[in-house]
Amino acid sequence: MRKYSVFAVAREAMRGHRGWEAQWTSPEPRKEYDVIIIGAGGHGLGTAYYLAKEHGITNIAVLEKGWLGGGNTGRNTTIIRSNYLYDESAGIYDHALKLWDGLSQDLNYNVMYSARGVMMLSHNIHDQQVFKRHIHANRLNGIDNEWLTPEQAQEFCPPLDISRTARYPINGAALQRRGGTARHDAVAWGYARAAADRGVHIIQNCEVTGIRRNPDGSVAGVDTNRGQINAKKVGVVAAGHTSVLMEMAGVRMPLVSYPLQALVSEPVKPIFPCVVMSNTVHAYISQSDKGELVIGAGTDQYSSYSQTGGLQIITHTLDAICELFPIFRRMKMMRSWGGIVDVTPDRSPILAKTPVSGLYVNCGWGTGGFKATPGSANVFAHTIANDAPHKINAPFTLERFRSGRLIDEAAAAAVAH
Amino acid sequence: MLLIYCPYCEEERSELEFRQAGDAHIARPTNMTEMTDEDFEAFFFLRDNVKGLTFERWRHLNGCGRFFNAARDTVSDKFLTTYKAGLPRPDLSTLRPATEATVETYEATESNAK
Repeated sequence: MRKYSVFAVAREAMRGHRGWEAQWTSPEPRKEYDVIIIGAGGHGLGTAYYLAKEHGITNIAVLEKGWLGGGNTGRNTTIIRSNYLYDESAGIYDHALKLWDGLSQDLNYNVMYSARGVMMLSHNIHDQQVFKRHIHANRLNGIDNEWLTPEQAQEFCPPLDISRTARYPINGAALQRRGGTARHDAVAWGYARAAADRGVHIIQNCEVTGIRRNPDGSVAGVDTNRGQINAKKVGVVAAGHTSVLMEMAGVRMPLVSYPLQALVSEPVKPIFPCVVMSNTVHAYISQSDKGELVIGAGTDQYSSYSQTGGLQIITHTLDAICELFPIFRRMKMMRSWGGIVDVTPDRSPILAKTPVSGLYVNCGWGTGGFKATPGSANVFAHTIANDAPHKINAPFTLERFRSGRLIDEAAAAAVAH
Repeated sequence: MLLIYCPYCEEERSELEFRQAGDAHIARPTNMTEMTDEDFEAFFFLRDNVKGLTFERWRHLNGCGRFFNAARDTVSDKFLTTYKAGLPRPDLSTLRPATEATVETYEATESNAK
């Protein structure tokens, strides 16, 4: 792999950009691999990358039924933060945040991580109490999070309407300065290029149709639309389709799949310097480097695999955006789309071994998986390589729904789920 | 936005009036305190999360308020039929197939047009 650098750009500029290589190859699948990862999104490709880089396992195939990064990795609002309430969540999300800082250098690929700050608006006394509790809990875990007055909030984000007569008045905000955004496609592409460079096979348009088992019940491989591929270890990293895949191995999952929508406006000059979220009125918004306002809506109220979502869900979010930021009232929305998110009962992910020997699952990220991509991939690779979880993902088991040791971020709220 | 037929009101109403209320045709436990952890997990937390035809409970919350059952395709979101609570699963073979092959891409739309 040729390294990307300013010298490479200069060299290629001199010769008409004829020397750039394909970022990854598309090999024919082998008959057998050491590890198969199902799902070439950020989490899956990252898992392959860390298996190769940190655990010396390079005989890996990443199978993708569509195109690389075309699922939720390409359908989210790219927001990164780690201000979760519980110790377990703080551990895994902050592990990710630490990896975001330096990921571009590690992958030699500009993922455009921008720590522009994530500000969560408080509209009432309840919000204020919850956010301050979060701030204290975060600081005990070494995670930056601070309280802002309405004036400080407006100073940090000038388009914000903090007048007392606003429909949704603001009485303060919680700010995580290390939070921000990254370029979602670049995350998938960067991991794919770096993994392929270490010998990982990325096989697109390869849909898994069955999971093969040995007579003792352990995993033997997978059936795909491109034939049978054997492996002793299979990692399922398939977001909204996890239930479908795990059912092939006879494992029922504590998951329900919902459409989650996002939309972008026409591009405009830099107007919005940070990420703003309001859970109370359900709005979140940031501006991409291309200039589009990126807006996240909520999930539909009923389960579905439709990748569209209801129109009333996005209009509800736009109502809130227009009240919080009156200057955006006349902007045109350019595109909207939906992804299928897999939601667990406690709104915390599952990164774990399964009842089937050799089968591992990384799922349940619900509406907030993008921010965790590097951390999730990193500890999931550890789990597969060692057949045992890393201490960071040890609490995120499948068995917690039997034992009752839930990580109940849903009840902890103040995170947009 | 979907129009959903309420079998009690006997008319199609907007999706906004309805709420999904979990799976249909579930035998709910009567002895929850005596259940094993495995059985409780299976009842309370685990879901089939079907991709395709599924039977679910819905409630006409902002209408008659009553629960009913529906057969729905979770890929196209199309309701095959709705029926009153307490009735057995309907025989779907007599119904017109609710969905042709689901069109998921622009390419598929164009090839149909040709």
